[in-house]
Order: sequence, then structure tokens, then C-alpha cells
Amino acid sequence: MPTDPVPEPTLASNSDQAIRVRLDQARARHWERTRRMSLLLLAVWLTTGFGTVFFARELARFEVFGWPLSFYMAAQGASLVSVTIIAIYAWRMRRLDRDFHAAMAPRP
Amino acid sequence: MSTNPATGVKHGYFKKLSRYYLWYTGAFALFLVAVALLEQEGMPRLWIGYLFMFATIALYAVIGVICRTSNVTEYYVAGRRVPAMFNGMATAADWISAASFISLAGGLYLQGFDGLAFIMGWTGGFVLVALLIAPYLRKFAQYTVPDFLAARYGGGAGGRGGPVRALAVGATILVSFTYVVAQIYAVGLIASRFTGVDFSVGIFLGLASILVCSFLGGMRAITWTQVAQYIILLVAFLIPTMWLSVKHADNPIPQVAYGSLLPKLTAREAELANDPREAQVRAEFLRRADGYAARVAALPESWEAGKLDAQRQLAAARARNASLLEVRQAERALTTYPNSVDDARTLWLERRDANLARARPPEPHAQPFPGATQEASDARRNNFLAVVFCLMFGTAALPHILMRAYTTPSVHETRVSVFWTLFFILLIYLTIPALTVLAKYDIYTSLVGSDFSALPTWISYWANVDKANPLISVADINGDGIVQLAEFAIDADVLVLATPEIGGLPYVISGLVAAGGLAAALSTADGLLLAISNALSHDVYYKMVEPGASTQKRVTISKLLLLAVAFIAAYVASQKPADILSLVAAAFSLAGSTLFPVLVLGVFWKRANHIGAITGMVTGFAVCLYYMLRASPALGGNALETWFGILPMAAGVFGVPAGLFTVVVVSLLTPRPSRASAGMVDYIRAPE
Repeated sequence: MPTDPVPEPTLASNSDQAIRVRLDQARARHWERTRRMSLLLLAVWLTTGFGTVFFARELARFEVFGWPLSFYMAAQGASLVSVTIIAIYAWRMRRLDRDFHAAMAPRP
Repeated sequence: MSTNPATGVKHGYFKKLSRYYLWYTGAFALFLVAVALLEQEGMPRLWIGYLFMFATIALYAVIGVICRTSNVTEYYVAGRRVPAMFNGMATAADWISAASFISLAGGLYLQGFDGLAFIMGWTGGFVLVALLIAPYLRKFAQYTVPDFLAARYGGGAGGRGGPVRALAVGATILVSFTYVVAQIYAVGLIASRFTGVDFSVGIFLGLASILVCSFLGGMRAITWTQVAQYIILLVAFLIPTMWLSVKHADNPIPQVAYGSLLPKLTAREAELANDPREAQVRAEFLRRADGYAARVAALPESWEAGKLDAQRQLAAARARNASLLEVRQAERALTTYPNSVDDARTLWLERRDANLARARPPEPHAQPFPGATQEASDARRNNFLAVVFCLMFGTAALPHILMRAYTTPSVHETRVSVFWTLFFILLIYLTIPALTVLAKYDIYTSLVGSDFSALPTWISYWANVDKANPLISVADINGDGIVQLAEFAIDADVLVLATPEIGGLPYVISGLVAAGGLAAALSTADGLLLAISNALSHDVYYKMVEPGASTQKRVTISKLLLLAVAFIAAYVASQKPADILSLVAAAFSLAGSTLFPVLVLGVFWKRANHIGAITGMVTGFAVCLYYMLRASPALGGNALETWFGILPMAAGVFGVPAGLFTVVVVSLLTPRPSRASAGMVDYIRAPE
């Protein structure tokens, strides 16, 4: 259980220079990939949320399962896209975390 | 007991919890069946109301007593061992407020497409929570949102971030307090309508259950109570909607079924819009509106003439020895007559607008942004977008939701927990537009066109609940003995509560819906009160006033503060301030403008420093508040003084960018943050 001061990340038992460099590289790579994915998912979120509202009057002409498309997007579609985005994020981040730990694992 | 090393979840624990809640759900179903049987045996309605109210409140209190604790980690963050799914369920209950449960479907009924802004805003915001804030807060692993901001930005005496913390605490308290007052108000409303107790008695009954729960066990108790409350509110919302769905679309899944009903509703709307009798009623309302307009135009003479007239009528009634009823009516007309010319102007303008509103033909439910001109239509679209924006960014900055990120066993579990949160919210939120369409179709087809002598009982029941502001009003305006749509008015707060009766379900389902509304209000109030008292006890008392306090003392102080805040909130709610939905929407704009910029830039931009954070929070808050005061007539502003025609409720659309901009500019103009701050950002970004 972490206590009040923010704990510094502990390095592997031998504070070797090579390990520190590897850690920094792996972290930078992990953060870069996290950021890129977040940005991509936010772009999807922005288009489905705000984009469909902005063009709602034009989209009302199309129909999905009885709903006018713009009504469907506002009532269900945008929310379903949001929950999918969050699911993809959680799943992909787990992969990224695993890749990070694989990169940091002692090499044979 | 085996522990998954990646997620930190103990499997046996999860299984045990699932078993408990399955038993609980089964027992609740039995309880419903038992009450339904009692109703068959002739138990009066009032008793059913009492039974639901007291049984559920007692249930929450029992869970609170079982989960009592004095341990700091248990009290503040439920021991950080709540599995993702249960954390998601509890957060969903925390999130689904009285406004969502009771007023949202009614709002959609009245506003049509425009109301969907609330559905979009209140769900889309969780993308921001999941991607930008929650996992990083969990990695940081402290107790409150101000904790995070103070550690990230530092500054102040000894670099401990005192000023940033103080501002964050202020924002937390202000936002949560506005919101909690609305919840307690709703508790009083539901209790008084279903059990007939006085409004203030209802408030204090609800308060008692909130207190037993959060007072004894803090976050731990409210988490497990909220899971129980979620189950009740889900069942309460789904049963009547599924019933209506089977009735009108032969399909028990309302979210799918109402697609086939929407074209029928649109056809019925077109039919009613061209009905000559509807036009007759609307013309009558227009005539009444013109009458009020003429009286306003003739002020002050019309005020004096009206007063003399009222006096003369009373004297005449007495002189001719009229019936007691007539004399009473004449007396009431005189006593309620406006006291001054100014009062008369306000009242008559209000009545003119009310009549004008009812003189308009109904708007098609599914059509986006209907408007007479392109500009009017564009203005509605822009306001829709602005409301969605505010609700989304406000969601991502609400302290009582964000502090949930601390309660899971790992960062991964926090990410999954946000998924479950939105999943459980959507079970309700995707049903709300369905319920609206189903109820609207029912009213448009079976009530409209029926005979005045055969009105269903729910109409007279709800029309008589609140005599001063009737929740439902229906009167034969054109005297043809048939109900026209224009003759029927319904308040947004009633639709969900009346749905079981509209659909012709037994009263036990009405009791269940009331219990669901109560659960929604209580669960949100629990979370909010805890957010406030934690900010006061942990951030103000422990971090700023007495850092040496023992853990025992910290928890005790927190409990005492909770008690005090709860009573103040109940007192404010008993004064009946403005209506529920407008209060809540204001809280979202303020939260988003003040906290969102510093939270997100704190994680994603290392260069942001404490001076930028302080000025950013102050600017965001000030811009948002200024706009509300300027443009909201309810707060003393002028409705014409808007920027780009944006409604004051959506003030966050200016506040959030102002806050972001200020943090960036001021940070760039002032020195870099300390190395400790950069180290902390590296730490929270790094994987576990």
C-alpha cells in the first residue's frame, strides 16, 4: 500500500547504467504509444459525438432500423461508440503494459 | 485464496461478492412478489408506498452497519480492493442521480431531440475519464483529487502545493454541494409524494439513511450500498419500460423495439398537428396570451382596474348571498391578486409566455433542431453542442466520480472499471429515450381522443399531488368533451413516476419505481457527501491544519464533518431552491471549467506549473460564473446578453477553453516546475 510521499520507482537490484537506459527507453516507447492511441481514440470519439450532431439535419434523411440516423446516433450510437472506445483502450493498454514488461525482462 | 498478479484481484473475493449479490437480488424479487400478492389481497396504496420506502432505507442502513470501519484506507478508498465490475456498478449508481432517473425521460418527452444532449453528454464524458484522468489518478494512489493536484503542481509554503490544494478543495465543495442539495431535494419530493409525509420529514428520513451508511463506513460502506442500490434502480427502470414495450411493439427489449414505434409516433404527430380541434384549443391559448399581453401593455391602469373589478366581484357575490364556494373563489381571486404594478407585470408576462407555449403546435419528436428559419435552427444546434460539451467535460471533473478511480486494486482494474461504469450506466441511459417514445406514443394514442368523463385515475391522482403547481393538468378548453393533446400538460418530473400507471401496471410497480428514484438520489448523495467531507477532513484538516493528526483522529473528524455537511445540505434543500435539472447543469459547467484543465494538463504537459494552475482554475471558474450571472435571468442577468446565443447553463463552453488557455500561457511566462514535479509525472505515466 503506497503511503503519503510518492514512491520513487525502484530499479532492479543492480543499478547498472545499461538497465537504467533500457528502462528509460522502454518507458518513453510505452508513453509514446499510449499517447498516440489516446489521440486516435479521442478523434473517433470527437467525430461520432460532435460530428453527427453538427450534421444532424443532413443525416436525418438516412434511416437505420426505423430510426432516423441522427436520432439513433444521439440516442444510442454515440454512447455505444464511447463504451467501445473505453473497452478498446483498456484492452490495448494491457497489451502495451505487457510489452513493456517483456522489454524489461532479463534477457537470456 | 489465489491472486491474479496482473490485476491484483483475489478470485475468491470476487466469487464471494457475486454470490452475496445474487442472493440479494433473489430476495428482492421475492419481496416484490410478496408485495404484489398483498396488493391482490387488498393492501391500500399508501401502505405499499410505506413498505417500499422503509424496507429499502432499512436495507441500506443494514449494509452500512455491516460495513462500518474506522481504518483510514477502508474509510477513504474502501481498502483499494473493490473488483472492477463492482466498482463500475457502484460508480454507475453514484452517477445516476435523481435528475437522470426521474427528470431525464420527462425532459426528453418535452424537448424531443434537444433532450438527447443530456444522454450524449452524460455518457460521452466517460471517454475523457477513462483516457485522460482515471488511470493516472490510480497510479498516483492517494485519497482525493486535491491530493493529486497539490502533489503535481507543488508551490506554496515548502512546495507542498497549499494554494492549489485550497482552490481544488473550494471547487470540490462548491460543485458537490450544489449537486447534493438537488439530490436531497429529490428524496424529499419522492418521499412526500409516495407516503404522504411532509416534504421536510421526507428529507430528514432520507438523510437518516444516508448518514447511517456513510457515517459508519465511509467509502467502504457506500460502495457496497451503491451496488445494492444499482440493482434496485435497474429493476425499477426496466420493468415498466419492458411492459410498455411489449404492449406497443410486441418486443420485450425496449432499446430495440422503439425503432419500429418511432415512425408511427411521427405519423400520429403529423395527424395531430393538422387536427382542426387541436387548432381550436391552440387558438384559445393564443387568445388568452393576447389578453395578458394587452393587460401588460395597459399597465398601470389595467392593474387598478383589475383590482377594483376583483373587489366588486367579491362585494357582488356577498350582496346577492351567493354560495359559499363562489364567495371563496372571489376572495381567493382578490388575495392572490398581484400586490403592485411590478408584480402584475412579472406575473402577467409569465402567464402570457405559458399560454403562448401551449398555443404552439407540438414539435416532431425525432426531428433534429426544428426552427422557423435557418438561424433559429442553427442556434438550437449550437446550444445542443454546447450542452453536450459542458456535460462531457464536467463529467470528467466531478470529484465524487474521480475519487472512485482510487478504490480498485490496480491501474488495469481502474481502466476496466470505467468500462463497467459506462456499461451499467448505458443499461439505464439507452432505455430512457425508449421509455420516452413508448410513453409518448401511449399518451398520444390512448389518452388523446378519449372522453373527458372516462379519464384514467392516474391523471386525477397526479393532478392533485401538488395543488400550487399541478404536475399534470388537463382541462376541456374547447368544451367538446374530448381530450385534445393541447389540453394536456405534464411536468418533466412526473413521467417516470407515472409510467407504471400509464401502462396500466399494478401499484406495486409504482412503489418499485419510487424506490428506484429514491435509490438513485440516495446513492448519489452518499458519494457527494463523502467527497465533501473527505475534502474537508483530509485536505483541509490533515494536510493543511494539523499534519501530525493520528489516523484515528482523522477518521473521527471526517465523520463529524460529514454529519455537519449533511445537515446543512438538508436544510438548504428544505428551502426548495430552483428546479433540480438546472442546478445540476450549473454544477457540471463549474466543475469542467475549474478542474478539467489542471487535471489533464497535469498529466499530459510537464511544463504546466503551479502559477499556471492557480490562475487557470481561477480564470476558468470566473469566466463560467460571470457568464451565468450575466445571461441567466434566474440569477439576475439578462437573457439577451448572451455570447453567440449560448444558454447560460452551458457556460462551461467558455470556461473550459479559458481555463486551458490561461494555464498554458501563464505557465510559459513563468519558470519551469520543479524536478520533483517532473519526476512525479514520469511516475504516473509509467506502467505498473
